[in-house]
Amino acid sequence: MSSPDPISTDADVASPAFIDKDNVEGGHAAASIRAAMINRPRQELYAFWRDFTNLPSFTENVTEVEILDAKRSQWTIAGPGGMDVDLVSEITEDIVGERIAWRSTEGSDVDHEGWIAFKDNPFGRGTEVRIFISYDPPAGAIGKVVAKVMQREPRIQARRELRRFKQLMETGEVSTSKAPDAAPRANRHF
Amino acid sequence: MRALTWHGKHNVQVDTVPDPQIVNPRDAIIKITATAICGSDLHLYDSMIPGMSNGDILGHEFMGVVEEVGPANTTLKRGDRVVVPFVIACGKCFFCDHKMPAACDNSNPAEKADASEIAYGYAMTGAFGYSHLTGGYAGGQAEYARVPYSDYGPIKIPDGIEDERVLFLSDIFPTGWMAAENAQIQPGDTVAIWGCGPVGLFAIKSAILQDAGRVIAIDHHPRRLELARRNGAEVLNYHEVKVREALMEMTAGIGPDSCIDAVGMEAHGFSPDNIVDAIKQETKILGTDRPHVLRETIMAVRKGGTVSVPGVYGGFADKWPIGAFMEKGLTLKTGQTHVQNYLPQLLQLILDGKIDTTDLISHRLPLEQAAEGYKNFKENQNEWTKVVLKPG
Repeated sequence: MSSPDPISTDADVASPAFIDKDNVEGGHAAASIRAAMINRPRQELYAFWRDFTNLPSFTENVTEVEILDAKRSQWTIAGPGGMDVDLVSEITEDIVGERIAWRSTEGSDVDHEGWIAFKDNPFGRGTEVRIFISYDPPAGAIGKVVAKVMQREPRIQARRELRRFKQLMETGEVSTSKAPDAAPRANRHF
Repeated sequence: MRALTWHGKHNVQVDTVPDPQIVNPRDAIIKITATAICGSDLHLYDSMIPGMSNGDILGHEFMGVVEEVGPANTTLKRGDRVVVPFVIACGKCFFCDHKMPAACDNSNPAEKADASEIAYGYAMTGAFGYSHLTGGYAGGQAEYARVPYSDYGPIKIPDGIEDERVLFLSDIFPTGWMAAENAQIQPGDTVAIWGCGPVGLFAIKSAILQDAGRVIAIDHHPRRLELARRNGAEVLNYHEVKVREALMEMTAGIGPDSCIDAVGMEAHGFSPDNIVDAIKQETKILGTDRPHVLRETIMAVRKGGTVSVPGVYGGFADKWPIGAFMEKGLTLKTGQTHVQNYLPQLLQLILDGKIDTTDLISHRLPLEQAAEGYKNFKENQNEWTKVVLKPG
């Protein structure tokens, strides 16, 4: 695929690493890509993420996921002061063992899109996992709540959620230094 | 429970705080029977390390008896006597798999890992009682501690051996041992060691056990120099001699084969570079460290030699002699201690009577007097060489 402006680097993903691009793919105001190497088989990681009801076990903000049908699920995102943000997510792409993409449907409190990709590391280090998170917070009061619950920016969110996903998959736990009543929900699922 | 907590510069006190609890399935709760104050705790006491909060519990050298274990730990049971490594490691990630538990990817909680990723490029490993940079874990200068991944870190201690003889497996003995390994000692080598504090002393003991021919130790406190001498080192007092000239003379012009910096970021000394560094260090957080000893080791070591750095550094160093380092063809090896790797071997050395691990202890205090221990460990370094605390 030839490009009108040839790039002198071999990186094959459109990422924030590029100097001239101040945004990643997609049309949202805020977006980020983050990569991590996870020492578990690719299929296992794909299967765990594909069941979205697992998301609350390691994400900071998604407290509940209810499956609505084969493609859609309702996500509850806990906000400060007990104000929840709701979205209905629809799977737009599902390549088994490789890639899952989703986006929020109309009527959700936030306009959000994400994907996660799984690739075998060619040198046997495990699975390379890349996550893309983006959103357009709506204007007004709910927008500020959304920005806050989504950890102010997708860059922080992507970094932290992927770190927690790696911890959970490799060690069976999400690491925390907090007391049980303040610890992430993951640690109470046993 | 009672615990030693941080309240600002030169301000630690023993407070009553909530008992720790099992949070994750691999956790254990240890009832602490002995703990110690580390030289690196003094960096916290001096407020040199960012990421501290009022009320943080300090302490990373501790041992005790297992009180409770989480459901996923099948290695430990209630009543086991264990020493706990100061580094928290999961045992499952790339780094733990490759014998680098002090580089564990998973033990620093995600919301804390940001800070050290920004400061250092990659997130640091979790550790006990050493600021939120290392995960904000409560430390072990307390009556109880929560130990994550307790099926991977702690080592069981057999009956019939007193706490004091094994306590330093938690940190300073493996640290001195790894410092000596990092010096790449060949049989018969001359090793020069700056700093006769506890880590320096264990580096001396370790260098001799690792077949060094000659160990030269450098400090200025007479009692610390005496301890070094008693452990087989020839000593240099830098208030009396110019260290580099002395080393050159003692080695007939070649220089020591390796040099160990067991001093780290708060080096003393009256050289102009050190005074400038001290001023810079006062004025910035995560600013300029005081690498006087590091500069000296690079200058003093022979061509083609090795510099080993167990001494703790945090930020940046000005005027680092990169020219000398390159032109002399040196190797520099450093890092936080991979404690978990060394425990079985070092415990065996203790059980076989091949090393005295208690001669450096100068004071034993109840936990309630910990603040006095800190103050004196910092201000009276000649008399106070190592402080062991016993919780009530």
